Amino acid sequence: MSTITKPAEAIETSSSHGGALERLKAMQSVWILGVLVVIIAAFGIMSPTTFLSAGNLTNIAQNVSIWAVLAVGMTFVIITSGIDLSVGSVLVVSSVVAAKVMEAMGEQGWGAAIVGLACAVVSGLFWGVLNGFLVAKAKVPPLIVTLGTLSVALGIAQIITGGLDIRSAPDVLVDNIGYGRIAGIPAISLIALLVVVIGGIGLHKTRFGRYTYAIGSNEISARRVGISVDRKLIQIYALAGLLAGFAGVLSLAQYGTTTIAGQSLTNLNVIAAVVIGGTSIFGGQGSMFGSMVGLFIPATLQSGFVIIGVSPYWQTVAVGAILIAAVYVDQQRRAAASRGKGV
Amino acid sequence: MSALFEARGLSRRFGRVQALDKADFDVSAGEVVALIGDNGAGKSTLVKALTGNLDIDEGEIFFEGQPIHFATPHEASAAGIEVVHQDLALAPHLDAAQNMFLGREIMRPGPFGKLGFMDNTAMRARAAAAFTELGSAVRSVVVPVGAMSGGQKQSVAIARAVSWANKVLFLDEPTAALGVVQTHNVLETIKKVRDSGLAVVLISHSMPHVLEVADRVQVLRLGRRVATIEAAGASVEQLVGAMTGALDRKEGAA
Repeated sequence: MSTITKPAEAIETSSSHGGALERLKAMQSVWILGVLVVIIAAFGIMSPTTFLSAGNLTNIAQNVSIWAVLAVGMTFVIITSGIDLSVGSVLVVSSVVAAKVMEAMGEQGWGAAIVGLACAVVSGLFWGVLNGFLVAKAKVPPLIVTLGTLSVALGIAQIITGGLDIRSAPDVLVDNIGYGRIAGIPAISLIALLVVVIGGIGLHKTRFGRYTYAIGSNEISARRVGISVDRKLIQIYALAGLLAGFAGVLSLAQYGTTTIAGQSLTNLNVIAAVVIGGTSIFGGQGSMFGSMVGLFIPATLQSGFVIIGVSPYWQTVAVGAILIAAVYVDQQRRAAASRGKGV
Repeated sequence: MSALFEARGLSRRFGRVQALDKADFDVSAGEVVALIGDNGAGKSTLVKALTGNLDIDEGEIFFEGQPIHFATPHEASAAGIEVVHQDLALAPHLDAAQNMFLGREIMRPGPFGKLGFMDNTAMRARAAAAFTELGSAVRSVVVPVGAMSGGQKQSVAIARAVSWANKVLFLDEPTAALGVVQTHNVLETIKKVRDSGLAVVLISHSMPHVLEVADRVQVLRLGRRVATIEAAGASVEQLVGAMTGALDRKEGAA
């Protein structure tokens, strides 16, 4: 703080003060990255040949791919101090719509796959816009809106299918996306990575991202400077819905079937990952990188526990504990920062 | 001198409370008008009504001689009118440069700008220049505003308003949370802005500050302008007397 008293000193305009290390330590996502590194190192030491094998690592990457796509939208939503509980149901209903359409087309080629993809994305967009409209215009709290659409979307998926999964994804989808590999890396992971990178650039480098933070940080201030907050919120929930629809197709490709009963905890898992990664549930703060680190922690624990022969149910226990610990540490640091230590 | 920004007979009622009761107000280019009044006199309501933050029930507003209606604060901004609100209205997680350019980001030239990419370097440089010019206590434009002291936050809010105002600048209690040196800086800034030809409206409870910078003082009581006093030669007692009216008038805070 001593710099404040020095007169006529040049005002700092780059964030490179205090060295890169100093800045890195200030980020929640880096602290949690340390946790991930420790977890990987621990399993790596206990089971170097199996855990650190290329096969296992690509397996982990494959397992987080669908959640990663959902986490991109969720990160935007939570930074606005919102929440989207409906992503799992929107994924399901979108994959059901896509599967129905592709089934009706009765072919296994790219034509059907592309039409199915378009239908799923449009379905996701519809649910996202509905969420956004109810949050921004009808002023219903996001928790309630998305709890409602969670139920409605899942119900509609069950009505369409009679509750029975549709097991007819086109072969091209399953062969090329679900099981396909490019240079040894699962295609589905590369697709997810692309979505994450685009989402990260959008969040951190563009005006759209800046407004996302501004709305979560101080909505009134955002309105006063002329940001059309309602429209931005609708767009952000629409993005989350659209990505859930897209993830519906990835899910069809990966599992070859719709997963009507299998997504009931997806929303909470994705929210936990985003929050573990340092995105504040109160809004205004968070990063795409952090969300990805937060995703890999549960996936790594799951895989590691299986390999070293611990019941994988411990993963659930560990993730819950890490979630609470991560938010606790974050709160402590924030309190310290507001006492002046964090500048 | 004809008024740059003028209100005639503004009324606004909240339920049973008549917040503004045919209030008049005027400010000209190149002068500082202080708006004073007891709590509940309608100062903040008047400022909100003038700057597109609040609809009025009746009355007229004139800007540069023309009748005008600002439906949103943004429309007032577009006309060159800026407000430093008492609550400062900053986004605490964003840094000073981001706050200063919020809603007015400088975009990168060419196709990247079209895609929504911002020119952060230019915004930081211009924000730093603005703080330097104001003699601000802000030492970094890349630290989140939430981690700054009260005076620094104030300084960010004022720098933002001064940078964008080119007609009228409203300041609602700008010195309330400040120490001696920072208060002095703010008052100097107000004079500088006035000398550059803007109209400045200062809301303050501090009569010495009002007398130091204001050219004219307009007194609100019970939602209406009850006096306009030339600051030169006026005393604190005179202002307080006008604010409170006759000593027996104690109808309670409206």
